Amino acid sequence: MAITFKQVDFTYQPGTPFENKALSDINVTIPEGSYTALIGHTGSGKSTLLQHLNALLKPTSGTVTIGERVITPETSNKDLKRLRQHVGIVFQFPESQLFEETVEKDIAFGPQNFGVSEAATLKTAAEMLALVGLPQELLKRSPFDLSGGQMRRVAIAGVLAMQPDVLVLDEPTAGLDPQGRLEMMEIFARLRHERHLTVVLVTHQMDDVANYADNVIVMDRGRVVKTGAPREIFADPQWLLDHQLGLPKTTAFARQLVQRGWQFERMPLTEDELAQDLVAGLPQSAFGEGHDHDE
Amino acid sequence: MMSKLIFGRYIPGDSLIHRMDPRAKLLLSFYFIGIIFIANNWQTYALLFAFTLAAITLSGVKWSFFINGVKPLIWLILFTVILQILFSASGGKVYWHWGIITISQLGLVNGVYIFCRFVLIIFMSTLLTLTTPPLELSDAIEYILMPLKAVHFPVYEVALMLSIALRFVPTLMDETEKIMNAQRARGVDFGEGNLFQQMRAIVPLLIPLFVSSFNRAEDLATAMEARGYQGGEGRSKFRILKWHARDAWVTLGFAVLTAALVFLRA
Repeated sequence: MAITFKQVDFTYQPGTPFENKALSDINVTIPEGSYTALIGHTGSGKSTLLQHLNALLKPTSGTVTIGERVITPETSNKDLKRLRQHVGIVFQFPESQLFEETVEKDIAFGPQNFGVSEAATLKTAAEMLALVGLPQELLKRSPFDLSGGQMRRVAIAGVLAMQPDVLVLDEPTAGLDPQGRLEMMEIFARLRHERHLTVVLVTHQMDDVANYADNVIVMDRGRVVKTGAPREIFADPQWLLDHQLGLPKTTAFARQLVQRGWQFERMPLTEDELAQDLVAGLPQSAFGEGHDHDE
Repeated sequence: MMSKLIFGRYIPGDSLIHRMDPRAKLLLSFYFIGIIFIANNWQTYALLFAFTLAAITLSGVKWSFFINGVKPLIWLILFTVILQILFSASGGKVYWHWGIITISQLGLVNGVYIFCRFVLIIFMSTLLTLTTPPLELSDAIEYILMPLKAVHFPVYEVALMLSIALRFVPTLMDETEKIMNAQRARGVDFGEGNLFQQMRAIVPLLIPLFVSSFNRAEDLATAMEARGYQGGEGRSKFRILKWHARDAWVTLGFAVLTAALVFLRA
């Protein structure tokens, strides 16, 4: 499901003394099946934009097209439920949304709201728990007995259980340990391929952007300032620094090498790319006489 | 929604009213509400209005804030005024009479007076909250409650609870909004359906809110202990309230106002 923004403006509390313009003139498309990263400095409007993706917020002017549905400022709140089933949002620190007596019921809560039968949802709950890498014996436990990382996984499973076409993730790995982060990011990447999901990731981790995304939207002060593939975005480090963004670790390291005279054909984004380019760029003699460099 | 409420919000500024001592502001606001009841003819009400308008102008806060402060209460005010008009005992000229309902001159005049009282009280209390940061207010309350220590009233504890509560109101509001959105994204309809369905929809909001409040309280208590908090007794103060000449002048202004009211009273 593609999502298109056309001349979208959004103002919080319009017409009151606390009026606050959060988005202005957003024209952007999130293509179907893409892995789109949404990056920008804190307060640049990322989270506001994100809430437009399933019509939690409606534009103050302009239109948002989500699949077939067109959301305008006049759209009524009545029949947005169907839409929300198609666009699942994992909010920041989603563990705070858990409330049921058991993990199983909590995961089944979303699909049940969309009218799926109880038996079917309980079966889905078990599948989803396995999918996010948790053991089945947790199903009957209270979500409040779990560790922070496990609660996070249950919350994400609850969103995945709705079988959305578009998965929106707002800093899903914030506060997780390195191992947990890597696992979660791999789960999202795998799901995307298995279920042909469109993924939208809001993050401050440029490494994740470089490793997973194929489309990047850069926001600054409520405007979209750049869109493109990660390689195009990271090609201009000075521009990124001007917008208070960073580089992936790999690219930053490659840049230091360039400053000392190394030449890359393309700017490496991931560790694999960097390693390949370095190996290719080394003179054969560097690997020693008569030795294979696989050794 | 909730964020549209004006009452209880603070607008930073640097006017005479903003710089006043919060104790003076709090006490004088209560005092003002008291002396409103001295007024009993149009001259006294005109004087009170002039005084309030002068205070609002001095504060430099936009008019629209005060109008918006009255709006949520307008139905309550109108209800009271209409009851007053319809059911006051006849006095002066009687315009209309039916059963126990009487519209008389006295009733109409009283209705107008009640309306004026409501508006004056709301304007003054809005002025207090708009120009005083919540923490200063709780400092002022702590100071004013201090004499109650003599009867073993836990003044420090109450003041601490008050300032923590005030500090966490916006945080909890944000949290509520966040959880509401998260549950909406999971297919919950807030404020739709019949009463029973609406009450059921509140559960996925209330439980996470309670749980997060418990967690927050636990974290906060640990953090406070780690920083050496052992109770209110024997602590020094960072924010020290100072009584300035301007506070004395404003108090004098209120004394003059009171004298004028008593003089003009019918």
